[in-house]
Amino acid sequence: MAECHPVGFQWVVEAQARGAKVFHVDPRFTRTSALADRHLPIRAGSDIVLLGALINHVLRNELDFREYVLAYTNASSIISGRFADTEDLDGLFSGFDEETRTYDPSSWSYEGTGEEPAAGLRGEQLEGGRRHAEAAGAEQYGSGGAAATARPPADPELRHPRCVYQILKRHFARYTPEVVADLCGISEEDFAELAGTITANSGRERTTAWVYSVGWTQHTVGAQYIRTAAILQLLLGNIGRPGGGILALRGHASIQGSSDIPTLFNLLPGYLPMPHAHEHEDLAEYLTHAGGDTGFWGRKRSYVVSLLKAWWGDAATEANDFCFDYLPRITGDHGHYTTVLGQIDGTVKGYFVVGENPAVGSAGGKAQRLGLANLDWLVVRDLTLVETATFWQDCPELETGELRTEDIATEVFFLPAASHVEKDGTFTNTQRLLQWREKALDPPGDCRSDLWFYYHLGKRIRQRLEDDEIDRPVRELTWDYPEEGEYRDPSAQAVLREINGTGPDGRTLSGYVQLQPDGSTRCGCWIYCGVYADETNQAARRRPGHEQSPVAPEWGWAWPANRRILYNRASADPEGRAWSERKAYVWWDAERREWTGHDVPDFEAGKPPGYRPPEGALAEAALAGTDPFIMQVDGKGWLFAPAGLADGPLPTHYESHESPVPNTLYGTQANPARRIYDRPELPYNPPMSPRFPHILTTYRLTEHHTAGGMSRPLAYLAELQPELFCEVSPLLAAELGLDHGGWATIVTSRSAVEARVMVTERVRPLRVQGRTVHQVGLPYHWGWGGGGLVTGGVVNDLMPVVLDPNVYIQEGKAVTCDVRPGRCPRGTALLDLMEEYRRG
Amino acid sequence: MAERMGFFTDTSICIGCKACEVACKEWNDVPDDGFVFRATSYDNTGSLGADTWRHVAFIEQRAPAGGDGGEGIDRWLMSSDVCKHCTHAACLDVCPTGALFRTEFGTVVVQADICNGCGYCVPACPYGVIDRRERDGRAWKCTMCYDRQLGGLEPACAKACPTDSIQFGPLDELRARAEERVTALHEAGRPEARLYGESPDDGVGGAGAFFLLLDDPEVYGLPPAPVVTTRDLPQMWRWAGGAALTLAGALALCFGVPSRRRG
Repeated sequence: MAECHPVGFQWVVEAQARGAKVFHVDPRFTRTSALADRHLPIRAGSDIVLLGALINHVLRNELDFREYVLAYTNASSIISGRFADTEDLDGLFSGFDEETRTYDPSSWSYEGTGEEPAAGLRGEQLEGGRRHAEAAGAEQYGSGGAAATARPPADPELRHPRCVYQILKRHFARYTPEVVADLCGISEEDFAELAGTITANSGRERTTAWVYSVGWTQHTVGAQYIRTAAILQLLLGNIGRPGGGILALRGHASIQGSSDIPTLFNLLPGYLPMPHAHEHEDLAEYLTHAGGDTGFWGRKRSYVVSLLKAWWGDAATEANDFCFDYLPRITGDHGHYTTVLGQIDGTVKGYFVVGENPAVGSAGGKAQRLGLANLDWLVVRDLTLVETATFWQDCPELETGELRTEDIATEVFFLPAASHVEKDGTFTNTQRLLQWREKALDPPGDCRSDLWFYYHLGKRIRQRLEDDEIDRPVRELTWDYPEEGEYRDPSAQAVLREINGTGPDGRTLSGYVQLQPDGSTRCGCWIYCGVYADETNQAARRRPGHEQSPVAPEWGWAWPANRRILYNRASADPEGRAWSERKAYVWWDAERREWTGHDVPDFEAGKPPGYRPPEGALAEAALAGTDPFIMQVDGKGWLFAPAGLADGPLPTHYESHESPVPNTLYGTQANPARRIYDRPELPYNPPMSPRFPHILTTYRLTEHHTAGGMSRPLAYLAELQPELFCEVSPLLAAELGLDHGGWATIVTSRSAVEARVMVTERVRPLRVQGRTVHQVGLPYHWGWGGGGLVTGGVVNDLMPVVLDPNVYIQEGKAVTCDVRPGRCPRGTALLDLMEEYRRG
Repeated sequence: MAERMGFFTDTSICIGCKACEVACKEWNDVPDDGFVFRATSYDNTGSLGADTWRHVAFIEQRAPAGGDGGEGIDRWLMSSDVCKHCTHAACLDVCPTGALFRTEFGTVVVQADICNGCGYCVPACPYGVIDRRERDGRAWKCTMCYDRQLGGLEPACAKACPTDSIQFGPLDELRARAEERVTALHEAGRPEARLYGESPDDGVGGAGAFFLLLDDPEVYGLPPAPVVTTRDLPQMWRWAGGAALTLAGALALCFGVPSRRRG
C-alpha cells in the first residue's frame, strides 16, 4: 500500500500512531513491509490456504462473533441435498461438466429451491451455469447479488449437517497451520501470531480491516481470494462496521468509477447486466433474468427504465418498451483477450484504445501487437505517443522478422488527450466517493478531453445519418449538452446532472428510491442518484475535516445516498443498539422511531428492528428489520454463495495455472473452471516444469505509473527508477551466477526479457513442500519507446493469458520462469532461444 | 527577524516514496540528475547535490545471523536528507561574494545571480550538501523554499510528504515535538530512536533541519559529529596574526634596527 498508494498510506501511519497493528503479507519485503509491524513472506498464489486456515482457526475455536453471524449471515441456511463439496469430489464441486469446463450451479442452492422456482428465485440459477460463465455473468451482481430465495429453511442451532455453518466447518477443516507452513512458507508461529491478533481485534469492541489490491485479484482464482476474506470478515463481524471491511485499492484514480459507469462489456451503468442478443428479447424477459426480486435489487425495473429514459428521452415510451431494443447486445465473451484473438483472426476490424497501452501494458504482449497489426483501423487517445500508437514502426517483432512495417495495413489515428488537470470531472475512489475537480488550465494544442471527443464524434456521426431504420437508436439518443469555451466542450456538470437524474418536474432527484418503473423519472446511473440533489453538485463539496464529524459527510459525495460505510445496519445489534459504545456508528432511535447515527443509515429510515416481512413481499419489503445486507435477495451476508460464482460456492485452494508445485490439498491441480486458450500465440509453461522452476510475480513501483506512459516521459519520475530490474534473493543469485547490478534474462514460454539484477535480502527463498522455492520479482513499467526518457524490456511479454472465470482477469501475479545470467539475445537469436525452451 | 523555521524529518514514518524529491524539483525547477541505475536498493539519485536538494536514502539491513533469519531482511530504513541550514554555517562564512546569506527565517540561501562559482562553499560544508552544477558552475542547494515561505507557504517537500515524515515549522516547536516523538517510540519498545542535529550544543550550533533516526548517523551516510569547518578560523587567524607579528619582530630585529657600532 505504501508502495502503490503512498498518499492513502498516511491513514495507516495515523492508525499505527493510535495503536493499530499492521501485518503485511507479500512475497517480497516492500516499502509497506518496512513500516508494518510484521511482514509475512508468502508464496505467490497460496493466499486461499492462509485465509482458509484463519477461517478454520475461527471455526474450530468458536471465535466467531456468534450473535452477528446468526443474525446477519446465512450461516444457518440449509443447502440443497444435491450439493457435493470439494471434500467429497477431490477438489470439484457438484455440477461440473468436464467437456465445457463449466459448472451448473443449481445444486449449490438453498434447500427447497432448484427444481421448482420459489418466490424470488429467478432465471439464471435455473438455467445452469453455461451462459453465466460464457459472458462473465457472475460479475453482473456487483451490487445486486445473484438470484436466490429470500427465506430459505434455516437451523438457528447451526447443527443441521447441511446448514452453511457445518458445511463451512467441514470444507475448511483441512486448512491447518501445518498446511500453511507447507504451502505458503509461513511458519506455524507466525501464523499463530496473525490468527491471535486478528481474532483479539474483532468482536463488539474492536474491528479488523483487510486491504488488498491486484496481488489478490490477478489469479485464476482471483474472485475467490476476495470471497475467502469476505467469509473471514463476516465470521468475525467486521463488515458494515467502522474500522472493518475489505478495502480494495484500485490501480488508477477512477477505476471504481469506470465500473460504476462501466467500460466493461458485460455491464450497463449501476451494475445492470448488459442484455444478451438471444435471451433477452424484451424488457420483461431481461428483468426476469437480471437478478432477484427481493431486497433493493427488486426495484431493478425502475433503475433500467430510468436509464433508458435518460438515454432516449421522449422517444422511450411504455408502448415501445422504453426503447429497450435500442440497447446493444452481447452474444458471449467480448472481453479484452477474446477481442485480441478476434483481431488476430480478422473478425475484429477496428479498435479504440483510450488511456491504455496494451502493446506493453497487457498480458501476452506479442499477441496484443499481432492483433494491432491485423486491424483495418486503430484510434489511440493518450497524452504521449505510447507504444500502442507506434508499434508499426518500432515493435520488437520487426527486429525478429515476425512483422514487417510494409505489411501492416492498420491505419492508426493518434489523437492527443487532455490530462486530468485540463478538464472538469469527477474521480470515484475506492470508498465510492465522487470528488469533483475543476479544470486548472486549457489543454495544449490539439489535446482535448475524452468527453469532448465522444460528444463531438457522436454529433458528427449523427449529422451524417440518413433516415435508415437501423440508425434510429443513434438518431434518437439524447445528445444535447450545453457547450462551453473556445473548443465547445460539453458541460461536465450537465453530464453529472443527467447521471443523477430528474423527476417529472424536470428537477434533479435526491435519491434512487425516487426512481419509478413507469418512465416518469430519468437517471443515467441509479447508484449515483443524489449526487446532484437540490440542483447542486454534491461531489464538489469540500468542507474541511476539522469542521465536521470524523465521518466527514460533507466532503464529496459517496454512492449510494452519501453513505460512507456500506451495510452499516450491521454496526448495530439485531435490536438496533450499537454493539458497543466504542464502535457505535448507526443505531435505532426507539423514541423517534428511526435509524440515526454518524453516517447515513444504509437501511430504510423508518423500518424498525422488529419488522418481519409478510408472505410474498417483494423488493425491500421482503427483508426483515434485522437484515442489513439490503442488496442481497435474503438480506444476509453470504458465507456460502448459493449462486453468482462461476467456480464454486466456497473458495478452494487451487494452484496457479503454471505452479511449480503440486496441489497437495486435492487431486484437482488448478481451478477447473479457469479460462485457458488453445492458441499458438498464447503458450503456457507446463505446471511443475523443470525448465521454468521459479515463481515470477509482477508489480509496480511508487515512482512509475502502470506501463509507464505517464511516467517514463517525465524526467523527475524516470530518473528515480530508470531501468527495469529483477529482484532475486542472494541464494538464487549465487545459484545462477547473477551479479548484483549486472544483467539477467528472464524466460517464459512466451518470451524472454533482460533486466538489471537487484540482489536483495528483501526477497527470501521459502520452504514449500520440503524444498526451496525461489520467487523472482519484476516491476512492469518499461517499454521500448512511448516518448520515454528511459526504456526497457516489456515484462507483460512474459505473462500468460489464463483467466479467472468470474471476471476474466489474467493471472499475472503467480507464473513461472527461468532466469539466466547475461543479456537477452535480439532478433532471430531470440526466436532461437524460445525454440530451445519449447523443445525443452 | 521572523521566527527561525526548520525541518524535522521523522525517518521512522518515511515510506521512501520520494514525493519530496519530485516536489522539490518541480517547485524549484531543479534539473534531473541523470538516468542512472545505481543498484543501491531503490536509490537512483545517489546523494544530495546541485541537482538533488532532497535525497531519500534506502538502507537494507540484513537480519541477524542464525536460525532461518539469516537469509531475510531485518529492516529497510528510509530517510529523506536535506541541507541542514546550520546555526553556524561554514558555507556562508567562506562565501566571498555574499551570494550565501542568512534569511529572516534563519535559513541559509544561495543567491544564484550573485554566486560567481568560486566553489569555496563546497569543501566548507561538513555534510557535503552544497555542490556546483557542471552546466553553469554555480553553487546550488536547498533554500527551504525561501520564496514559498515569503508567501506564507510551507516548503514543497513538506507539503508533498504523505505521512508527515517531513514536518516544517518554528524550530523550537519542532524540537519539542521531536522530543515527544522519541519518548513515545522509546515507550513503544523502540529504544534505537534518537535525534540527530537537534542540539544547539553540537558542532554546528544545532541544525535548522534535524532528524529522528533509527540507527547511527553513519548508517544513513550522515557524519556522526559534524563540526563547522570554520570553527577554528578565528583561532587560526589569531595564530596566523601572532606568527606574522613574531616574524615581523624577528625581521625587525635582524634588519630593521641598525646595530650600533662600537666605536
